[in-house]
Amino acid sequence: MPYKDEQLSEEKVFKDPVHRYIHVKDQVVWDLIGTPEFQRLRRIKQLGTSYLTFHGAEHSRFNHSLGVYEIVRRIIYNFDGRPHWNTDERLLCLCAALLHDLGHGPFSHSFEKVFKLDHEDFTKKIILGDTHVNQILSRVSDNFAQNVADVINKTYQDKLVVSLISSQIDADRMDYLQRDAYFTGVSYGHFDMERILRVMRPIEDQVVIKETGMHAVEDYIMSRYQMYWQVYFHPVTRSAEVILSKILHRVKHLYEQNYKFRLKPTHFLSLFLGNATVKDYLRLDEPVVLYYFQMWMDEQDEILSDLCERFSNRHLFKYIEFNPNQQMKEWMELYSLFKAVGINPEYYLVDDSSSDLPYDFYRPGEEEERLPIHLLMPKSNELRELSRQSDIVESISGKKRTDHKLYFPQDFIEALPEDNNKKRIFEILFD
Amino acid sequence: MLPNHAKLMKFFSASDEVVGRKKLQKMIYILKKCDIPFEEKYEFHFYGPYSEELTLRMEELCNLGFISETKEKKSNYFQYRYKMTDQGEEFLNHSNVQIPAIDGMVAKMTDKSSRFLELVSTMLYFDDLKRQEVEVKVQTVKNKQNYTDKDLQSAWAFIDELKNA
Repeated sequence: MPYKDEQLSEEKVFKDPVHRYIHVKDQVVWDLIGTPEFQRLRRIKQLGTSYLTFHGAEHSRFNHSLGVYEIVRRIIYNFDGRPHWNTDERLLCLCAALLHDLGHGPFSHSFEKVFKLDHEDFTKKIILGDTHVNQILSRVSDNFAQNVADVINKTYQDKLVVSLISSQIDADRMDYLQRDAYFTGVSYGHFDMERILRVMRPIEDQVVIKETGMHAVEDYIMSRYQMYWQVYFHPVTRSAEVILSKILHRVKHLYEQNYKFRLKPTHFLSLFLGNATVKDYLRLDEPVVLYYFQMWMDEQDEILSDLCERFSNRHLFKYIEFNPNQQMKEWMELYSLFKAVGINPEYYLVDDSSSDLPYDFYRPGEEEERLPIHLLMPKSNELRELSRQSDIVESISGKKRTDHKLYFPQDFIEALPEDNNKKRIFEILFD
Repeated sequence: MLPNHAKLMKFFSASDEVVGRKKLQKMIYILKKCDIPFEEKYEFHFYGPYSEELTLRMEELCNLGFISETKEKKSNYFQYRYKMTDQGEEFLNHSNVQIPAIDGMVAKMTDKSSRFLELVSTMLYFDDLKRQEVEVKVQTVKNKQNYTDKDLQSAWAFIDELKNA
């Protein structure tokens, strides 16, 4: 029997708090789960620094990847026998779902920004490179690894297959919204996924939703909106993210200045030099990064040591709401005042905007800007964009809420000697 | 302060007006591929390279009053026009962000249709492939757009023109 068709003698199940059970029957899927590259995802948290705000948010990209696989498995089961669905794409969809986050690194967002990395690029390199994952995919067929990479990169020829993993209503989002809600313990983020799966229909190039399922989709859109503002963009999490990003900037700067580290940042060197190979990249996970942060608390460089202490002990920056238009002059004055009192504003006066954590709210958009969610109307089989049918979605998608905050170490400012500089800093920040 | 917003404002100071979000998305992507240091992250979408980060940053610039957005109703959809405001100009004057000169490239792109810029940006997305492979890939992922050989040749010529500008 060809490897692609091999089935396990007994179905394996993973107990899962979100989907109850995750079912694996394909030998290929089972083998992929066992690779070191996939097991590494256990050591990458799904929500990065959110655990410092929501102590339950310790779940990993391993949990999430299995969840996305399970949702795609259920969708495919429902699609079986429907027009437009090509059953030959089944294994490709399952593998792409399972491996879609394979290239995520530790605290991905900050690492990507500071070191100009791209996790999608590393996903592709791990799938196509000299890895255990590639060996397994290559046993399926010569071009199978490339097809999996293309589906994840959204450049595969069959757009229906791509849309299962990545579209405005896809398995990736449906898993992380529910999983993140479960592990953070918030009451938002819940929606009737079973109902959505039942009303999904494959058509040429995309998945659409039967019009009768509109209310379930409304709940899903509301969940996306609320999870962003209440969980993903939580100001305390952003404070931790600001400090993390400044640690990475500082350590890179020190390396470029030939600073003598007590603990040489061996695992970071290829990132500093911009030549990280797949092997280098796979060695770096969150326990490794947190070990360095612990060690760097004892470095002589006061900024690095202080920032690492803040991150490790959750001694975070405070924040104020900030309008970059109306408070432009105050910001410039604050910058000069911080310098004058010996607090380096490059590391200790940080503006953070909602666009620093891109998260795609549902927007109908302009024609051909991006593909919206389409409802399949009864009888006519006509497609209608969701916000044109749903008042709730129209109301949320028309609202452009944005946010800017200024982060700073209040304890440093409070410790300053009582003089005019301190007085003025307090006036600008707190009056 | 807000260096990435300031870079976008530099783009708007080089263009009188940008008509259409799709066009804006593709123009910034093409400039990025011409080594202009915009930081917005792009992914491949149904209609070519698209950046959610750019969409959000544009919403912020509009909410801050640095860019004006005008919504126009077309036959069965809306179209948006973007223009820098006086407050946006003042913000830019206070910023010390520098990017290479882009006026020439922006003017060339403004004259082109969004369909053509979608083709150019898609070809640039696959710039790690050989020329012939790029054409095959574009025809595979954009089979509904029915790009002709003439379109592809025009796009290659346009890319050369931009990169040599």
